[in-house]
Amino acid sequence: MTYNFDFGWLLVYYPQILHGIAITIELIVVAAVVGIAVGICCAWVRALGPAWLKPPVTAYVELIRNTPFLIQLFFIYFGLPPLGLRLSELEAANLAMVVNLGAYSCEIIRAGIQATPKGQFEAGASLAMTPFETFRHVVLVPALQRIWPALSSQVIIVMLGSAVVSQIAAQDLSFATNFIQSRTFRAFEAYFFSTVLYLVLAILLRWVLARLGRIIFPRTVAR
Amino acid sequence: MSDFTIWDIVRNLLLATRWTVVLSLAAFVGGGVLGAILLFLRIGKRRLLRNFVKYYVELFQGTPLLMQLFLAFFGLGLFGIDVPAWVAAGAALTLWTAAFLTEIWRGCVESIARGQWEASSSLAMGYVQQMRHVILPQALRVAIPPTVGFLVQVIKGTAVTSIIGFVELSKAGTEVTNATFEPFTVYGIVALIYFAMCWPLSKASQSLERRLNVAHRNQ
Repeated sequence: MTYNFDFGWLLVYYPQILHGIAITIELIVVAAVVGIAVGICCAWVRALGPAWLKPPVTAYVELIRNTPFLIQLFFIYFGLPPLGLRLSELEAANLAMVVNLGAYSCEIIRAGIQATPKGQFEAGASLAMTPFETFRHVVLVPALQRIWPALSSQVIIVMLGSAVVSQIAAQDLSFATNFIQSRTFRAFEAYFFSTVLYLVLAILLRWVLARLGRIIFPRTVAR
Repeated sequence: MSDFTIWDIVRNLLLATRWTVVLSLAAFVGGGVLGAILLFLRIGKRRLLRNFVKYYVELFQGTPLLMQLFLAFFGLGLFGIDVPAWVAAGAALTLWTAAFLTEIWRGCVESIARGQWEASSSLAMGYVQQMRHVILPQALRVAIPPTVGFLVQVIKGTAVTSIIGFVELSKAGTEVTNATFEPFTVYGIVALIYFAMCWPLSKASQSLERRLNVAHRNQ
């Protein structure tokens, strides 16, 4: 192997890399907040909601969970404009990630809701809480606490999966990497460096989510 | 411009689906074999090897599959090998699958009660005998549903290999779109083909879990 590694381009292209990291973080923050909100709504429908709403939500969840994210992204970005819904690259990437995480988090949160002991619902009702109040205060918070580790893993998986949004020219970290390698022809170094950055992002995200879990769910909440 | 019927689109996509299936199976089988070897190192007695596998799993679970594919594609090229896309795709997917299967199976082995190890050890069984006769037969029952479930992830993972130029279902979808200018129809059909492959596996995984769970309850 007579290849000389060269990371000198880092000095020139660091603004692109920083911009890419910022976009990747923006994408995952939006996807996590909105996606989990979608997931909570869908989980409520699947676990406790009215019967007529269940089939469409089930179809959404099953369809998303059994197709690749890349195809969902292409469908939203290339497939919807002919129907009149034209989105920018970033909007399409954001929407695809929200739709994707919404379906996965729905199943995770539903598992948490269904693990709630029946007595909790009865206790809520006996305190004259409406079904919504019971769900909001008695069921949902412990359910989220129960499944927080699984939900955190799913958020990290979606963040790593977001690398493919560069394929619709959303300017995230992998887009910046493609740009750099096309300018410098230092393909291996560029991809190696951004792989390390993704690893660091994943470790940081895991840490942030663990901290967030401790802040949102103080220890006093009953399991 | 010539006209394309739905059948033209579907036929071309189905032809490309073969390669999705082949790549999925190759990665699943290769990853399964490698994953089994890594599993033995991960739960073995040598600390150095245990840590090696731990970091291997961490690395592959903590980085995007797309980056792994690019590194395989350009990394193998550094050794002067001219890498066709299918080699890079197969290699990266195999390593990626092995990392996830090792971690899934480790969980299954560790779910076997401690007493099973102690009981078999008190019968003067060696490590291999314990594994062969006591631990693995029980762990296997627990392992089947999540393993089938992970096959779905592998099939979906093959879509990413289209980005390094491997022509499978997703890449064919892009090519057919470029010829027909009907992205809604084409990507819709592509999604349905993926769904037709993945959904039965997901359902099988769920029903296996319900059925095999009965044996697991008595621990």
